[in-house]
Amino acid sequence: MAEEVLLFGVWGSPFSRRVEMALKLKGIQYKYFEEDLTNKSPTLLKYNPIHKKIPVLVHNGKPIAESQVILEYIDETWKGYPIFPKDPYERANARFWAKFIDEKCLPGIFNACWGEEKQHENAVKEACELLKHLENEIGEKKYFGGEAIGFLDIVANFIGFWLGIFEEASGTKLLTREEFPKLSNWVGVFVSSSGIKENLPPARDKLIAYFRSQFGTGSTDATK
Amino acid sequence: MAEVKLFRAWSSPFPLRIVWALEVKGIEYDMIYEDLSNKSSMLLQYNPVYKKVPVLLHKGKPISESLVILEYIEETWKSKTPSLLPGDPYQRAMARFWAKFGDDKILPLIWEAFIKQGKDQEEALIAAHENLKYLEVELRGKKFLGGETVGFADLTFGWLANLVSVFEEIAGVTLIDHEKFPLLLTWMKNFMDAPKIRETWPPRDKLINHFRALRETLIAKEPK
Repeated sequence: MAEEVLLFGVWGSPFSRRVEMALKLKGIQYKYFEEDLTNKSPTLLKYNPIHKKIPVLVHNGKPIAESQVILEYIDETWKGYPIFPKDPYERANARFWAKFIDEKCLPGIFNACWGEEKQHENAVKEACELLKHLENEIGEKKYFGGEAIGFLDIVANFIGFWLGIFEEASGTKLLTREEFPKLSNWVGVFVSSSGIKENLPPARDKLIAYFRSQFGTGSTDATK
Repeated sequence: MAEVKLFRAWSSPFPLRIVWALEVKGIEYDMIYEDLSNKSSMLLQYNPVYKKVPVLLHKGKPISESLVILEYIEETWKSKTPSLLPGDPYQRAMARFWAKFGDDKILPLIWEAFIKQGKDQEEALIAAHENLKYLEVELRGKKFLGGETVGFADLTFGWLANLVSVFEEIAGVTLIDHEKFPLLLTWMKNFMDAPKIRETWPPRDKLINHFRALRETLIAKEPK
């Protein structure tokens, strides 16, 4: 049977871009469907009835939802480029930090950019404390995965690209080179890496405008 | 002295998942009980990011976050049966999906329904039931989510089996009724009766006292 791989995503979403990055690193052919989140397709709702969200990967008719679950599936199903490290302890470490990024960093950063104005200073402080953990984790490594892009780098795509978008859209600067030299270096290397740079959303201005329209112009008066 | 140590708190359901996994697989370990109101310097050293239990220490290396620890146990002690995850990548993805669903949706909503009162409690219960319906459907034709034996997803939902009746007794509300969720209640009974599970549960009267006191503290803190 010919293999069929479908991906339902949204052009500006870090979550669906993660899956695309993984598929492209592995050299897997897939068919992409752009969803309109204000008018979700019946197909998406059929394939992800519980969360009704993107991304959804459909492999030979079987759907998988949740970006990190999809990444694990991709690495286990297709050989070739290894997304996860081999060693169980390193794999645990990668999973730990990936969970940290999605459960702590994303909401923390969002709060710092678009939270209540009177909580702004505290929110910025908390977001920077969270980023400090990642600064320590990248250390002297080229990538979170070591010499090559791995699972944690892919999950950290949010930090690599979307954080900058959020900063511009909201006027709140979090990732400064002075405070986060190592993480800033990683960002530079990440966005210019082959396999990643071709898969970042185009039309940066359009993305900034989109987030501004969704969440407002930010918690500070800096660029109003 | 075992090369595996588990930091836990006696009442917390998260470390209990790890106890179950280690017991079911017959892995030797030492248990270290933490007083969460007075955390040891060792715990803070081994889990500086979250400062929580469980932490698994294997040959001196710490791993935190219960689902990350379960994956580590599965990968490290490959020859120890039963397997917690199936061999097929799609079935593994489903197990991970359900585990995440349990922790992201079911657990927080049941907890809300337990600690809140009045309208807040009602709303939390409605939302909990909306989500539990998916679990009820998933259990059709299955003894456990993992198939014939307790697996990764079952361990993640295991807290339902020992804590729901405790919560119901304290709050005086039915959280999971047998008319709406007959398969779930059957699953809870099957889980309780599975090898190594019930023998490791904390005593019920102790749990009732603990969670009653916790609920009263939380209710007292609510803004009037």
